[in-house]
Amino acid sequence: MSTQLEDPRIVEFDVRTDEMLVNMGPQHPSTHGVLRLLLRTDGEVVHEVTPHIGYLHRCAEKIGENLSTPQWIPYTDRMDYLAAMNMNLGLALTVEKLVGMEVPDKAMCLRVIICELGRIASHLVGMGAYGLDLGSFSPFLYAFREREIILDLFEEVCGARLTYSYITIGGSTHDLPTQITIPPGLAQLVGKSPRTTLSWIDACTMFLDWLEKRIPEYHSLLTQNAIFIKRTAGLGVLSREMAIDYGCTGPVLRGSGVDHDLRRDGDKIYTRMYKGYDFEIPVAPFKGAPPEVVGGDNWCRFYVRMMEVSQAIRLVRQALAKYPTSTGAYRVPFKMQTKLPRAEVYLETEAPRGQMGFYLVGNDSAEPLRARAKSSCFCNLSVTGPLSAGCLIADIPAIVGSLDIVMGEIDR
Amino acid sequence: MTPAEIHSQLAAQFGAAVIEAKLDALDPSIEIAADSILEVARYLKSDPNLRLDALNDLSAVDYCEPDAAKQKKFGHEPHLEVVYHLYSYTHKHWIVIKVKLPRWKNDQTGEIPDLASVSSVWAIADWHEREAYDMMGIRFTNHPNLRRILTSEDWVGYPLRKDYEFPAEYHGIRNH
Repeated sequence: MSTQLEDPRIVEFDVRTDEMLVNMGPQHPSTHGVLRLLLRTDGEVVHEVTPHIGYLHRCAEKIGENLSTPQWIPYTDRMDYLAAMNMNLGLALTVEKLVGMEVPDKAMCLRVIICELGRIASHLVGMGAYGLDLGSFSPFLYAFREREIILDLFEEVCGARLTYSYITIGGSTHDLPTQITIPPGLAQLVGKSPRTTLSWIDACTMFLDWLEKRIPEYHSLLTQNAIFIKRTAGLGVLSREMAIDYGCTGPVLRGSGVDHDLRRDGDKIYTRMYKGYDFEIPVAPFKGAPPEVVGGDNWCRFYVRMMEVSQAIRLVRQALAKYPTSTGAYRVPFKMQTKLPRAEVYLETEAPRGQMGFYLVGNDSAEPLRARAKSSCFCNLSVTGPLSAGCLIADIPAIVGSLDIVMGEIDR
Repeated sequence: MTPAEIHSQLAAQFGAAVIEAKLDALDPSIEIAADSILEVARYLKSDPNLRLDALNDLSAVDYCEPDAAKQKKFGHEPHLEVVYHLYSYTHKHWIVIKVKLPRWKNDQTGEIPDLASVSSVWAIADWHEREAYDMMGIRFTNHPNLRRILTSEDWVGYPLRKDYEFPAEYHGIRNH
């Protein structure tokens, strides 16, 4: 035995850890899909984070250049598969702008209903999965219970539960169904007989009434939860300038205090859809936030999503009220092999995760010369490196989770 | 500012580097000479009247028709185009900047063209340029980390080029 051990403090203070490279993912439950983070750590402290992406690359853009645009719609479903309706809308609007087509009132009203329901479903998963990242299991179960009913409603509308291809160029593939059997989940929750038949609009209203009352419950489970606040507030602070510089969009941008939402500030082919609707755009900083919260931190990004759920409920209600009296057809025909003009359009829409952009270059043929999908999560993820430097390994899931990424959209 | 005002301000500042403008297109665009893109980018972001602080998208288009029978109808000279979609959160205006590049440097097939990186101006350009390098084969000079991003590091070729041929085999995985 050496003399060093006689004084234990010496040994303790002599310990040096070398920097170590740790792979987090691509098969790691908290990385939301096949994301690989390469961490350079000194003990528990992370010095550098390098995201490696591309594990889910499916050549979506190359495929898009070999198909006509209506044929590409099913591929957009598989980009952000948690908000497939909003992805369909992005491409549909881009093509409509390119060929100079305007959809009737009824189709726009239908799109608002469907897309805002899609936003609720997507944010519910975002909320539930974020709770799961931070070790709280019950919000996840609640979120999926609610999302299930939205999926049931979508199933009644178009027959699919995840990849809808419902919103298409010129409107949508079907009109809202008139009579449906109540979705089993909803029947159970509101205490109705599972054999009840009612109109789709009534079923949707019933669900919204039920969901609206549950929102304070989520706030008490997560937003105001002391453990949740400890793990999110003041962590992963993204400044306004950095958010803009890194091209962050959607809730990540608004969580950093930039008042920008394409539903209000976007291209007019998109904003005309939301004309006449009354809704607010939640932007950090928030009044009544816990004192530990700093503008642009994990908590703010999460809270923007929660507030957007309430706003989306408001929008769906208004659209449902408007729908029965809206004029025009639910769809304007668009032929599969319609030639795209020699022009180009880049259009961004406000998908739940940020601004999803589609860039199409037409060249007198049905297949576009260039079909590009600019992913919002791609840009949001690029900020992980600078956000995570200096934090603890345990905070990485909290930061990545607050960006709410979907790898299908990043890798395309 | 309207696209026409942006164009006239750029033309006054950079003269011959501003090559062409399509101001009546659906997305008004301004073409810039390839060798002055970095200067122009810095100016676009920092000028108080323009303040185009967000790079919404950076992508590239390959104008090429490999099928000889369709070339007549195609109607474009073979070239690459790098497209910058810019937006200003301050002034709420937007513009498209384009740069034309040869498909291959000095007409040597396989030698990819160079273009100055704008990642020092907009941080997000780092990843977008990596993607453009990976998919289209454009070497962004002075890029901090120009590696493939979506495909693996040992991938051969640039998949979004129109004359790209799918590999018959990759690490023993056959393409049938």
